[in-house]
Amino acid sequence: MNSGARTRTLWGVSNTVVIIVAIVPVLWIASLSFKDPSTITDGTFLPRKWTLENYRGIFDTSLFTRALVNSIGIALIATVLAVVVGSMAAYAIARLRFPGKGLLVAATLLIAMFPPISLVSPLFNLWRQIGLFDTWPGLIIPYLTFSLPLAIYTLSAFFREIPWDLEKAARVDGATPFQAFMRVIAPLAAPGMVTTAILVFIFCWNDFVFAISLTSTNASRTVPAAIAFFSGASQFETPVGSIAAAGAVITIPIIIFVFFFQRRIVAGLTSGAVKG
Amino acid sequence: MTDAAPTSHGTAEVLEAPPEVRPRRRRAKAPLSEGARAERRLGWLLCAPAVIVMVAVTAYPIGYAVYLSLQRYDLRFPAAKEFVGLANYATVLTDNLWWTAFAITMVITVVSVVIELVLGMGLALIMRWALVGRGAVRTAILIPYGIVTVVAAYSWQYAWTPNTGYLAGLLPSGSAPLTQQWPAIGIIILAEIWKTTPFMALLLLAGLSLVPEELLKAAKVDGATAWQRFTQIMVPLMKPAILVALLFRTLDAFRIFDNIFIMTAGANDTRSVSILGYDNLFTALNLGIGSTISVLIFIAVGIIAFIFVKGFGTAAPGQEVARR
Repeated sequence: MNSGARTRTLWGVSNTVVIIVAIVPVLWIASLSFKDPSTITDGTFLPRKWTLENYRGIFDTSLFTRALVNSIGIALIATVLAVVVGSMAAYAIARLRFPGKGLLVAATLLIAMFPPISLVSPLFNLWRQIGLFDTWPGLIIPYLTFSLPLAIYTLSAFFREIPWDLEKAARVDGATPFQAFMRVIAPLAAPGMVTTAILVFIFCWNDFVFAISLTSTNASRTVPAAIAFFSGASQFETPVGSIAAAGAVITIPIIIFVFFFQRRIVAGLTSGAVKG
Repeated sequence: MTDAAPTSHGTAEVLEAPPEVRPRRRRAKAPLSEGARAERRLGWLLCAPAVIVMVAVTAYPIGYAVYLSLQRYDLRFPAAKEFVGLANYATVLTDNLWWTAFAITMVITVVSVVIELVLGMGLALIMRWALVGRGAVRTAILIPYGIVTVVAAYSWQYAWTPNTGYLAGLLPSGSAPLTQQWPAIGIIILAEIWKTTPFMALLLLAGLSLVPEELLKAAKVDGATAWQRFTQIMVPLMKPAILVALLFRTLDAFRIFDNIFIMTAGANDTRSVSILGYDNLFTALNLGIGSTISVLIFIAVGIIAFIFVKGFGTAAPGQEVARR
């Protein structure tokens, strides 16, 4: 709808601005992580003296490595559970007729809006009483709950696009509804499931509220929470370099996801939310 | 539930209604074939795990939070636990700390959501119509969306830290914006906008894709300016998408926690309500007051959602799913 070199330049400029604004804070964290401790307060955007000391430092301590293991383990388990449980519910919502469906969708929406902080105090007390405080399941359970609305919306949006005649054909051939789901629909639904898995993983990987409230030691503290407990070599030294290095390490997987699955992430984020 | 709604009914009629309704329902269910019944059972079975998890981890704890909020329950003096009715609510609601935190939270929410709406709309237009570099923009804006909020918060914090940061150098020397209330809130809002505008933009882009290209071309032929096409064609057609995006972002902004926790930890009156709740629970170890704040935040979020859905007629996403 536009033509001419001027509009072209205008688009180019605005695009460039957007891209710079989007990546500068990430580059800044990366830059800080490579700065030599003696130059960390020089205020330059790029390091004047490069070093890997900060990375060596964090990987030397179990504080970080253990948190990394927790982060990966907890996010992966929660993601798998959310995709499995969410697929089952999304299939039922997209395909089956049963009373209570509307109520289920409404309840799911309510949970999508639920403020996590409201759950922190009751869960903190409950988890202490039943022994889930500071354990993996203690974080996996709330992550699963809060990612289910996202998973159910995204998956049911994808499930509606599947050619369902194939399912009928399988049913005619004698498959039970369950077999029809597992053998015919699940493979077709795989792209939607991958998308959902990425979104749920990002959500779990990013969480801070639960991670800082429902853990107290290395046993289950994830990286975002662990970073907040980093301390410098001495009391008077802020661990800027270590925090930057740890931040860079946990940002890398996300950037890789973004580059490889850009289309899917966009489709997933928008399909569930706004179609009607 | 719908039977209870009309108020014009006489009392006698209402009392009579249930026995009349029930057999009708049963009659409707009666001719269910074996297949339909199996379908219904499968539907319930498939939804059961999701429902159980969601109810167990939200409905039950929020009920428990209400119970805790009615107790005096200080973890340092657990023996002194006792039922105090609404005393905790009176304590919180007459305290300046709560109202300051509430005001700060509202300022952050309103300012960041309004700016995000404008910027997000611009981004959506770029992603739809930019002649060059559309893909690059799409990839780039997913970085703020995906990055861990805590890491982004540190990035902004260090950027504004005197001596360390590249942005702090732009300010008059001696200023430390994160240690002053309003500059700190400004930076918190900036970090919030940077992080969540992409999400807003993607939701708006989905709405924008519902605007037919031919309609815009026709309007252009008829002499409508770009601004007229935007305000009179795109915005009305995108209204549902805009409202959903606003609803989601408003609720999300209202529960802001990570950015503040990292950048100021609530110092110099920069606490949001979520930070206040956290502080009462983990710094003051007061489970009763902490739970009271939890419940109040829950109610506030409920009111915001209600205003959007009833006041502006925001179509809740998923309604279409329900219709199918």
